[in-house]
Amino acid sequence: MSAISRDQVAHLANLARIEMNDRELDHMAAELDVIVEAVRSVSEAPIQDVPPTSHPIAMSNVLRDDVVEDGLTSEEALLNAPDAEDGQFKVPAILNED
Amino acid sequence: MSRTELVQLSAAAAAAKLAAGEVSSEELTRAHLEHIAATDGDAVDPADRSRGKTGLNAFLHVAEEEALATARGVDASRAAGDELHPLAGVPIAVKDNIVTRGMPTTAASRMLEGWLSPYDATVIAKVREARMPILGKTNLDEFAMGSSTEHSAFGVSRNPWDLDRIPGGSGGGSAAAVAAFQAPLALGSDTGGSIRQPASVTGSVGVHPTYGSVSRYGAIAMASSLDQIGPHARTVRDAALLHEVLGGHDPRDATSLKDPVGPYAAEAAAGAAEGGLRGLRVGVVQELLHAEGLQDGVSQRFRESLEALRAAGAEIVEVSLPHLKYSLGAYYLIMSSEVSSNLAKYDGVRFGARTLPEDGPVTIERVMAATRAAGFNPEAKRRIILGTYALSAGYYDQYYGAAQKVRTLVMRDFEQAFGQVDVLVSPTSPTTAFRAGEKVDDPLAMYLNDIATIPINLAGVPAISVPGGLAPENGLPVGIQFVAPVREDARLYRAAAGLEAALEAQWGGPLLGRLPATETLISARTEGAAK
Amino acid sequence: MSDATLSFDEALAKYDPVLGFEVHVELNTKTKMFDAAPNAFGDEPNANTTPVSLGLPGVLPMVNRTAVESAIKLGLALGCEIAPVSEFSRKNYFYPDTPKNFQTSQYDKPIAENGSIDIELEDGTVFTVDIERAHMEEDAGKLNHKGGAGRIQGAAYSLVDYNRAGVPLIEIVTRPIRGAGERAPELARAYVAAIREIVKNLGISDARMERGNVRCDANVSLMPKGTDALGTRTETKNVNSMRSVERAVRFEICRHAAVLDSGAKIVQETRHWHEDTRETTSGRPKSDADDYRYFPEPDLVPVVTDAEWIERLRAELPEPPAERRRRLKAEWGYSDEEFRDVVNAGVMDQIEETIASGASAAVARKWWMGEISRLAKQREVEPGELGISPVTVVELNQLIEKGEINDKIARKVLEHVLEGEGTPAEIVEQRGLAVVSDEGALSTAVDEALAAMPDVAEKIRGGKVQAAGAVVGQVMKATRGQADAGRVRELILQKLGVEG
Repeated sequence: MSAISRDQVAHLANLARIEMNDRELDHMAAELDVIVEAVRSVSEAPIQDVPPTSHPIAMSNVLRDDVVEDGLTSEEALLNAPDAEDGQFKVPAILNED
Repeated sequence: MSRTELVQLSAAAAAAKLAAGEVSSEELTRAHLEHIAATDGDAVDPADRSRGKTGLNAFLHVAEEEALATARGVDASRAAGDELHPLAGVPIAVKDNIVTRGMPTTAASRMLEGWLSPYDATVIAKVREARMPILGKTNLDEFAMGSSTEHSAFGVSRNPWDLDRIPGGSGGGSAAAVAAFQAPLALGSDTGGSIRQPASVTGSVGVHPTYGSVSRYGAIAMASSLDQIGPHARTVRDAALLHEVLGGHDPRDATSLKDPVGPYAAEAAAGAAEGGLRGLRVGVVQELLHAEGLQDGVSQRFRESLEALRAAGAEIVEVSLPHLKYSLGAYYLIMSSEVSSNLAKYDGVRFGARTLPEDGPVTIERVMAATRAAGFNPEAKRRIILGTYALSAGYYDQYYGAAQKVRTLVMRDFEQAFGQVDVLVSPTSPTTAFRAGEKVDDPLAMYLNDIATIPINLAGVPAISVPGGLAPENGLPVGIQFVAPVREDARLYRAAAGLEAALEAQWGGPLLGRLPATETLISARTEGAAK
Repeated sequence: MSDATLSFDEALAKYDPVLGFEVHVELNTKTKMFDAAPNAFGDEPNANTTPVSLGLPGVLPMVNRTAVESAIKLGLALGCEIAPVSEFSRKNYFYPDTPKNFQTSQYDKPIAENGSIDIELEDGTVFTVDIERAHMEEDAGKLNHKGGAGRIQGAAYSLVDYNRAGVPLIEIVTRPIRGAGERAPELARAYVAAIREIVKNLGISDARMERGNVRCDANVSLMPKGTDALGTRTETKNVNSMRSVERAVRFEICRHAAVLDSGAKIVQETRHWHEDTRETTSGRPKSDADDYRYFPEPDLVPVVTDAEWIERLRAELPEPPAERRRRLKAEWGYSDEEFRDVVNAGVMDQIEETIASGASAAVARKWWMGEISRLAKQREVEPGELGISPVTVVELNQLIEKGEINDKIARKVLEHVLEGEGTPAEIVEQRGLAVVSDEGALSTAVDEALAAMPDVAEKIRGGKVQAAGAVVGQVMKATRGQADAGRVRELILQKLGVEG
């Protein structure tokens, strides 16, 4: 029995903004099932009362002075833009409000 | 000197000849460029970059003009008596997920085809400051996700020992280039073994430095808490010399350590000297010795390496990393979670290729989704979706949260082991190079290959892969991995150089001295295909 | 189509409103939150960017120390506990104004938590608002919608300017505010005003709402009277003036009441405020697309605070605005009304400085609330931005007290000061504006005026003393206003032999 449904993958693909057709969704659901099964073991590890680690080497307060550095000009910023207008990045109509 | 002689020089030997004025950097650089032209092959189909090249296909871009200009500049400075960095004029190749001004950076993805970085990565700035000619950008699995370069958008790179086999990954291009004498040195990135495993299967040397000891600024992020830039080389000493160029604190990387750099090359020299390993306590990781799928020839060469270490004065101790069995799962969850977020920026808005939806309304949401569908290969999508799942509401604790706790356990395992021994040792990869296509459709099998390399990234400890000989059953290289505690990279170089010296003494020379001439392999292959 | 609403009184008769606010404050640091690009308003689009601001491949964030210290100061000013360990997290969502398609924010380990502030309404009623948290994050870029009247709906396409992307923000989140009743809209306005005042006072933000330096999301829900269960809330986004906050809260109370009265349920959603129609409209419903997949930002390390750091910053805090107001009002002896007018005119700082420079409280108020406010209004600027310094006011007053000029001339001098002609004393000197105190000259002028107006002189002699005003006017005209009007009057009456 598959633990991850096609609908669930469709939802994930939407969150990840990757267009997938039905065939891709099915394929991904099957693959994900196998992988998730393989990684599930982590929750069986003896992790009670173990703190999580986000960084292999614990550091803190790495802060930068508030000093302006040379950055990009408007032209440099737009150099790689797929589409631009009036010194700004141009994007197609936005469907959803933030 | 002939082209062959020039390209076979180690970086250290080349540097010495440059300093002595026996060769010029231009000659040296030109020899490498010519060797690249002779061995990397021609485009299989000029209209379709995804089919790669007929030869090694190690390079995605060759920066001939820039490399020669740098070389000539170094020669001029040397003639003028200027003070130069010891590696000035020694050419280097760069993995194509490290950004470079003035030449393309693609991360082997269609997503970044045509993109030009307006800035240099910190390691590139250091390489330029040392005035090392950059030969070009090397192939990798797309966004460094893979163990074979089969996931490159621009064709698979080939293993110089057997062109039908993969050169490892993701840094297969850098490893193949170094092993096949296209470059004495190369930069790589290692998130789960992407420097060490390619080094292992190509008979070269690769180093994962302590997390934070080399700046990540300008390395295209795959998994931020696991990524680390490091050297590819043919000898331990060369790797150490390059590591000394790359290391040091970077105010642009919040995870960058402030520790002093090195001495690595001096430690390598000390380890290679007579009695250099005396008193070194070497821990053999039992779990990796009995790992599932450990190839016989790998096991055999590994045991011989232990003998060589013992003969050189090291003390061999059995150690255990009891939570190793959970590390693969933890790695895949943490890596894919970070990947899902790090790769979100590729959306066709600010840079890179934009793909419009085939039909239906053209909204930014659909353009982003179409761009990402077209720009990412299946492996990237797989990891992004897995990461999205692991972080999503209701699953976080079970997956990402648990994985981070396992990470703590793995780190504690290493701490405990290093309470008993100075370094750990294991095979780098349980197998020698596999054939292209053999595992590409079985992600799980591919992932299992990383069992020895990924715990290192989870714990941030430094590790090196050095050649351990050729597996008797197929004549392909076996890699031996040493691991040291965090910030003890110098110790790695001592141990690895000690083993290298001991084995080369047995072999009567470096392993790569036995590499067949790449041109011969290519023409044989082309003829074979023609028949 | 407009939503049905109940009248405010009806709504309040049946329901108790519960409020909540998320206020975003843009800091006035020199650089952005995570990179060294300038934090500046109104520049050429995309010129205030670095590879980091654009989220180019390979870049890494680096935390701005000043922004962190600003957040700690704000936390202290809000009475919060400063977290010993605070952490950045990534909030993942795709939107073209967000360069990395995640926002670096704080999630389960914010820099400040559990505070409270007293909000004083105009009549002096005080409400205590509990602060749940204040956390650091980065702003998004600016979208300019093209076509469709510049709104997102119906736009043909949009242009993106990333100058604002990465500007440091502090988000202040309140706990649910109950018990405001009919004062809820007023409290909403006063709360935003108080936050604005606090951040301005701390010097950490320009706090200009018209520039979006302070932005308010207002949450409203209703509880039927006599119950204690929180209702479904709506979040009205980006209400960007204090007046609008008040109106939007009032509108939502009336709308919720109508929905609940009809037996329907409130949809949990974001609402948009429209100043033109004074209504909110439905925005985006909460959905499972709001799964932001927060996780600790792996490119950044935690911020660890110790007592020494916090106490150093605490020592730098200015006096809290409310306390300062109480103190100044008592010191100056203004009435409630006078003081409120001063506060509303925004000249409290100026008056304080003017007094410190040597003027009395009454004189300072007279000038700042009188002529200076008038000039400011004429020029459509704030009195404080007019360019008249407290020292100028003191000088001007000294000239009056010495009898060198009168009030009328003083007002004229002020205009010359505005034109950059120098200090009041210099202007009086250069322009010869000093009062005519030469008795001989004054006497001659009075004689001439009386001679020119024989009928008026006659009336005065006949006892119509008030008619002297006309002669005074004539003399003032003749002396170009530089005579002391009181002295002129005395002279007239004296010359005509009439008792004043």
